[in-house]
Amino acid sequence: MTEESTPEPGHEQSSAERPSDELVAEEPGDLQGDRPGLPLIAGHERAGMFGVHDSGDTSGFGGLRLPAYAPAPAERPYGGWFDDFADDLGASLADRGIPGNAIRQVTVDRGEMTLYVHRDRILELCRTLRDSEGLRFELLSSVSGVDYGEQVRERLHVVYHLLSMTYRRRIRLEVSVSVEDPHLPSVVEVYPTADWQERETWDMYGVIFDGHPALTRILMPDDWDGHPQRKDYPLGGIAVEYKGAEIPPPDQRRAYS
Amino acid sequence: MSTDTNDPQVSEDELAESRVASEDELAESRVAEERRTTEGPVYTVTGGDWDSVLGAVTDDHDERIVINMGPQHPSTHGVLRLVLELEGETVTQARSVIGYLHTGIEKNCEYRTWTQGVTFVTRCDYLSPLFTETAYCLGVEKLLGITAPRRATLGRVLLMEINRVASHLVALATGGMELGALTAMTAGFREREVALHLLEYLTGLRMNHAYIRPGGLAQDFPEDYRDHVMYFVNWMDKYLPDYDKLLTGQPIWRQRMEGVGYLPVDGCLALGATGPILRSAGLPWDMRKTEPYCLYDEFEFEVPTATEADCFARYRLRVAEMHESLKIIRQCLDKLEPGPVMVADKKVAWPAQLSLGSDGLGNSLEHVRKIMGQSMESLIHHFKLVTEGFKVPAGQVYTAVESPRGELGAHLVSDGGTRPMRVHLREPSFINLQTMPAMSEGGMIADVIAAVASIDPVMGGCDR
Repeated sequence: MTEESTPEPGHEQSSAERPSDELVAEEPGDLQGDRPGLPLIAGHERAGMFGVHDSGDTSGFGGLRLPAYAPAPAERPYGGWFDDFADDLGASLADRGIPGNAIRQVTVDRGEMTLYVHRDRILELCRTLRDSEGLRFELLSSVSGVDYGEQVRERLHVVYHLLSMTYRRRIRLEVSVSVEDPHLPSVVEVYPTADWQERETWDMYGVIFDGHPALTRILMPDDWDGHPQRKDYPLGGIAVEYKGAEIPPPDQRRAYS
Repeated sequence: MSTDTNDPQVSEDELAESRVASEDELAESRVAEERRTTEGPVYTVTGGDWDSVLGAVTDDHDERIVINMGPQHPSTHGVLRLVLELEGETVTQARSVIGYLHTGIEKNCEYRTWTQGVTFVTRCDYLSPLFTETAYCLGVEKLLGITAPRRATLGRVLLMEINRVASHLVALATGGMELGALTAMTAGFREREVALHLLEYLTGLRMNHAYIRPGGLAQDFPEDYRDHVMYFVNWMDKYLPDYDKLLTGQPIWRQRMEGVGYLPVDGCLALGATGPILRSAGLPWDMRKTEPYCLYDEFEFEVPTATEADCFARYRLRVAEMHESLKIIRQCLDKLEPGPVMVADKKVAWPAQLSLGSDGLGNSLEHVRKIMGQSMESLIHHFKLVTEGFKVPAGQVYTAVESPRGELGAHLVSDGGTRPMRVHLREPSFINLQTMPAMSEGGMIADVIAAVASIDPVMGGCDR
């Protein structure tokens, strides 16, 4: 094989890893409000198709690279009731003296609106959403955590699904924190239903809700170590042996990204 | 062993002696085991031994008693543990402890394909599995940007309403049993058996169906499904009025439930309670009406409400909802027309052509013959789609359905791969159980049981 016939890494017909210079997840700090132009990363970038790392790639997909998913910021007009809602929310925030940058990004995707919220503002924002005349989000449907994986700096997201029964609207609030500093204010004083749901999020993801009346484990035993739904926590599956060959537990099988 | 009793060497006297000894032992066992702790004496009560506890309490009666009830207790509606602080028979503080049925379903979903996820989520709330399947599949379909065919959607409605009747029957049956109305239990489970037989006929399994799949249904209903559905509807028409005769007017039943477990509408909203609890407080919030999904806006039915906000109102609502469900089932049969039950996209549709063979349900021989013998492409695609699954575009959705217990939501996050990034189920059992202290503190200990029964938590769903 001559020098010329060997394809450059990352070029056509090359199975070698492409040098990853531009498509990696944004640098640490990109989720901070001080760099507003940058997208919020939600997901990890992927390379290849079969997660092969330690041996030669024979699939031909080794050069494939997909950037991490970043929800696109929505632009006005959002369409539907989203614009009315955004106007009312802006006015209510101004009334209560909450700066507009409490909301870092607005995303409208698949007919659902997501507000990415600065973590220090979540309690005030929930109070505004519940009490303002034009908003009236009476019910906090669901609070849950999402772990976007180790590659993402602010990988732990807390997602709030709010429902306004008066206007029959649903919105989603999302707050992201890092594993090193997983603190955010509890919303139990505004929505008492968040009590158990925040305990579950603490239990499963290790997010600490400051001001929660009793933030203890709820599903796992009190003396459990670790937070089971984090991506770096193993599933704990059992390898199965069948006719001499071993089928690995689900968390060690190859993933098809 | 049976020869021992006929052994001539054992005399009558010996037998009598041994009987006396066992009675002494029994009396001894009626003393509750006691141990001293820094928190005060702790008794392990096993039944028939309350006297020793009460004796100790009468000695210094101003001390509070904390009763631990469950997780293995016939009156706590599954593996629910209640910790009750008592002043006499009055509950001053009530807390529930959950997690005894936590199975890590949400975590497991992240390691399987989107289609395999149905098999997991159906095991959450084992009394209403078809609702969890529907909420999950609607979410996956929203992420994919596809809609299930009309016949599949109507089929889902049919299955969900049969399932709603079955679930409410268990709520009545177990609730009745916990209050001592054993006939309610035998009657409720008798009717539920008919419902489960029907579900078995339609989907192949009594529970954990995994029949509703992203894109539609796993397969079409059997040809004569109408007769079987009508048999069930007729059965319910015949026996459902009996519940009014047996329970609604019965004085003991009413006295155990009226004015008990009171939770007004503001309390419901603050604590997130939905379903019959919210509707018993007067708010007609039923997502089949308020946020119609699955073509529910084409159906004619009522949303029963009450204003008493107590256990009895919740019982009446459940009975009324069963009548409404039967109405929907009838309309469903009229609307169901032949057609596909799965989207045409072969990547989303599970690539199986199921048929009944001599060894049970499986891929049809014809299909296997085709993919193995004729088309290498078919074989490759079959293999890759089954092992890898299909890709779902990145993003997140929240889809909710009205389950028998309230709002059942599925929050699904995809990162663009073939497996979910996150599957979260907003289980009404979990959220509604938070209302237990508000319903029962300040009441009698017997009312706690009535309150928990009226919440109707399913611990499989609560703990997931």
